[in-house]
Amino acid sequence: MRFSFTEDQLALREAVRDLLAKECPPEVVRAAWPEPDADGQGPGAGARSTPEQLAAVWHHLAEMGVLGLLVPEAHGGLGFDEVAAALVLEETGYVAVPHPVVETVCVAAPVLGDPAPDRSKVGWGEVAISGTVLDKSLDLRGPGGKADEVAFDRAALGTAAQLIGLSRRMLDLTVAYVIERKQFGVAIGSFQAVKHHLADARLQLEFAAPAVHRAAWSLATSDPNAARDVSMAKALASDCAHLVGRKALQCHGGIGYTVEYDLHLFLKRAWALEKLWGDAAWHRDRVGRALGV
Amino acid sequence: MDLTWSEHEEAFRADVRGWLEANLAEWKAAHGGDVPSGDTREGFAIHLEWERRLFDARWAVVSWPEQYGGRDASLWEWLIFEEEYYRAGGPQRVTQNGIFLLAPSLFEFANDAQRDHVLTRMASGEDRWCQGWSEPNAGSDLASLTSKATRVDGGWRLNGQKTWTTRGAFCSHLFGLFRTDPEAERHRGLSYLLVPLDLEGITVRGFGRLDGDEGFAEVFFDDAFLPDDALPGGVVLGEVGAGWSVAMSTTSSERGLTLRSPGRFLATARRLIEGWQALPESERAERGDLRHRVIQAWMEAEAYQLQTLQTVTGTVEGRPAGAESSLVKLWWSELDVSLHETALDVLGPAALLDGPWAKGYEFSLSGPIYAGTNEVQRNVVAERVLGLPRK
Ligand SMILES: Cc1cc2nc3c(=O)[nH]c(=O)nc-3n(C[C@H](O)[C@H](O)[C@H](O)COP(=O)(O)OP(=O)(O)OC[C@H]3O[C@@H](n4cnc5c(N)ncnc54)[C@H](O)[C@@H]3O)c2cc1C
Repeated sequence: MRFSFTEDQLALREAVRDLLAKECPPEVVRAAWPEPDADGQGPGAGARSTPEQLAAVWHHLAEMGVLGLLVPEAHGGLGFDEVAAALVLEETGYVAVPHPVVETVCVAAPVLGDPAPDRSKVGWGEVAISGTVLDKSLDLRGPGGKADEVAFDRAALGTAAQLIGLSRRMLDLTVAYVIERKQFGVAIGSFQAVKHHLADARLQLEFAAPAVHRAAWSLATSDPNAARDVSMAKALASDCAHLVGRKALQCHGGIGYTVEYDLHLFLKRAWALEKLWGDAAWHRDRVGRALGV
Repeated sequence: MDLTWSEHEEAFRADVRGWLEANLAEWKAAHGGDVPSGDTREGFAIHLEWERRLFDARWAVVSWPEQYGGRDASLWEWLIFEEEYYRAGGPQRVTQNGIFLLAPSLFEFANDAQRDHVLTRMASGEDRWCQGWSEPNAGSDLASLTSKATRVDGGWRLNGQKTWTTRGAFCSHLFGLFRTDPEAERHRGLSYLLVPLDLEGITVRGFGRLDGDEGFAEVFFDDAFLPDDALPGGVVLGEVGAGWSVAMSTTSSERGLTLRSPGRFLATARRLIEGWQALPESERAERGDLRHRVIQAWMEAEAYQLQTLQTVTGTVEGRPAGAESSLVKLWWSELDVSLHETALDVLGPAALLDGPWAKGYEFSLSGPIYAGTNEVQRNVVAERVLGLPRK
């Protein structure tokens, strides 16, 4: 029994974290939103980065090999497993990378990178680099229709990992804010109501994250309970991000309710991912069926 | 990452399981199948017999050194033991406040003579220890306690009152905090004393908890004389005046996984699922919302197990958890309430007020109160884990 990561996995995470801290600050995420309207308002308002910087994030990730993380080395990938993928995707969630990372890393690349003869003719590298993902004509089913399910589970896992990263980001942002912001002459973070909101947020994170890591391990080892474990991870991570988002917004007060401040970038991403690849209720149902409930 | 158990650990599990299968049924049958709660006088005595059985087979304190009746089991094996114990339906551990709360502090702070005398007798149930911390005016604000021990020739004079002392009326000894320096304030000037309850001047009065059992006691000290040699090695644990830091080492066992390991909640979740499966098909079909709560409760119990495996890996590899133990206490105590609430909803009116689930529900409601209330734990998480300002 050893529930932690290898040096290699941690080093990879570190490298991705450093890269994203530099290349994907909130301004870049903001640049992916629609243009500000005529009077300078709207979600993209305040964007300072350019479409080139946005594209650069993707190219850097591709260069580092992250997009082909799950593709075997023999086929030009990095040959890591789902455990490493979960760690990396958590980082992409933390900065809210505005690109189809999960769709590429978890679905397209491993399916296309698989040399099975009846797969698409498109090379996985091409897809990863150009960001053309999941063309409707692409047949994701391998022999026996099995790959379809695995690809789905991998995507649900990757999304859960991103939700953990997003939760961490929203919590970090809020902790920093409530220490800084003063009302009644003191930091608002000294008020017990604020403390308890954030303790609740931290609590959900503490117990959702290990479920995501376990699901990654179950997929990596083709554990018979893998589908159940992935569903548990996605259900807990979705609910966690939802709750952390609510707490984060509440503890910010008015500033959090603007498009100018960064919180909404993470909040809205979390709302979208909560529902993607199966929402919490859908996954809970799947856990229930696996348990005979 | 490797989430499988070794062959050696699986063999340990098989041993535990085999022994419990053979012995539990026998112990229950010897008492008419329906053993009264260990928080009643009659039930306590029957549970002590069980503790003796565990001790004789060296299952009472598996993680302790062999010389004190343990098996030198690893933390992993201890978790396996707990899992199997609750899976088999093992009874409450009436010695828990000694073996789980006092013992870790003894291993850390006691001298050899104290260890040699106290540990084995505690594990066998020969001495029964209760926790004397709370007072009528010192609960969450424990450092404001006023029970005092005054230094006199050859020992200490004790005065004051403790309360909420779990199973105090059935115990032989108390470990408690007393003010030994009347000049010092709050957590300074406290000492951690080991006190036999049969001293002259000590009165123990048991009283009913919410569930009606005599599980609580108040303990009065009226000029009771505690001789230095009441126990071999002395009656002070750690240094005189350092009681607070000794006590804080106990709280991390209490909040963390020692007192309430994941095994018991996994077992409760499994019983909840069985309860759900026993409902008629038509009823299950109508109650989709309740079905989701059953699944959620199972997932939360499972999440506790996973978080524990991660924490224990950290401990084994030299990265012990700190204030995070407050997160653990919040999780298990709130999980226990929701497991029981869900079960009562599954049972519906059939739950009545005296079934095992109803009894368990009543007890679960005390989880957010004892071992440091959940409000206090949230303060700790905010200040010590998240780093928010105290004032
Ligand atoms: C079943 C059970 C068994 C127990 N066994 C033992 C035992 O064996 N030995 C022993 O010494 N004690 C024992 N206790 C006592 C337990 O430790 C105390 O009840 C607990 O510490 C709370 O103290 P109190 O009851 O005085 O409540 P109070 O401290 O008066 O608290 C009342 C309410 O005020 C809230 N509150 C208090 N301070 C704060 C704060 N700073 N911030 C926010 N909210 C706050 C609390 O959270 C709670 O909701 C037991 C209690 C129970 C219920």
